[in-house]
Amino acid sequence: MILKVIFYLFSAILVFAAVRVITAKNPVHAALNLVLAFFSSAVIWMLLHAEFLAITLILVYVGAVMILFLFVVMMLDINMAVLREGFNRYLPFGVLIGALILLEMVLVVGSKFFKTTAPVAENISNTLMLGRALYNDYIYAFEIAAVILLVAMVAAISLTIRPPRQTKYQHPSEQVKVKREDRVRLLKLPAEKSE
Amino acid sequence: MLVLSDFLILGAVLFCISMAGIFLNRKNMIVLLMCIELMLLAVNMNFLAFSHFNGNIHGQIFVFFILTVAAAESAIGLAILVVLFRNKRTINVEDLDSMKG
Repeated sequence: MILKVIFYLFSAILVFAAVRVITAKNPVHAALNLVLAFFSSAVIWMLLHAEFLAITLILVYVGAVMILFLFVVMMLDINMAVLREGFNRYLPFGVLIGALILLEMVLVVGSKFFKTTAPVAENISNTLMLGRALYNDYIYAFEIAAVILLVAMVAAISLTIRPPRQTKYQHPSEQVKVKREDRVRLLKLPAEKSE
Repeated sequence: MLVLSDFLILGAVLFCISMAGIFLNRKNMIVLLMCIELMLLAVNMNFLAFSHFNGNIHGQIFVFFILTVAAAESAIGLAILVVLFRNKRTINVEDLDSMKG
């Protein structure tokens, strides 16, 4: 019973935060509501006995990805009025499409085939199970995931890096093409009279 | 007692909200990236629900890899966004038509 109360409370918070993410005028508010959504979904993941992934969600998403989003939002100087001008025009269309797809999905996943209850959990910690599966069956995929993170880091840095501009260069073509008139200036000075 | 379809319906609601967000905010690239993150969250919720109710750990492994790839994706996406803003002074999707697509 208490699980049901927790589930519905945090689902309501999650849906509210998600709606605020897509309707917020200010992108900083959208990012902060996304943080709220991640927190409440981490609680729901705890209900699903995925404790390690719930903590990982908070560490990785709230701690890293959302900070990155906030940095970018605050760094860019955005004119929000231009970016929101189509909002009201697309509002009926977007809500209609979303409601239709939601109706279809609920008809499928709410059917009697998905009314199963959870099996009794075995008395072994989630992190231990996850680690055993990850380092035995999925070790190759795990290594590839590490390589993907490395490639993403290199790509992000090499996209945004600005090379330093204070280096002095020689331009051999200009040195060859130079004329005498560019470098030497002949002045005609009148000689001083000796008195 | 919570059943499987509770979590699946929650995931469906979340997915539809984020898809409506893509329709509504089609000019603002930052909010589009946030909507993609929400979509991935909904999908992860489905994976974890099936993993829990089938008593099978492999769904959680898949969520682990989705989290990895999503973090990499958002880092590169934000880097592209910063480079784009530096070159064109805008993140409006309508202005990004230099490829004439």
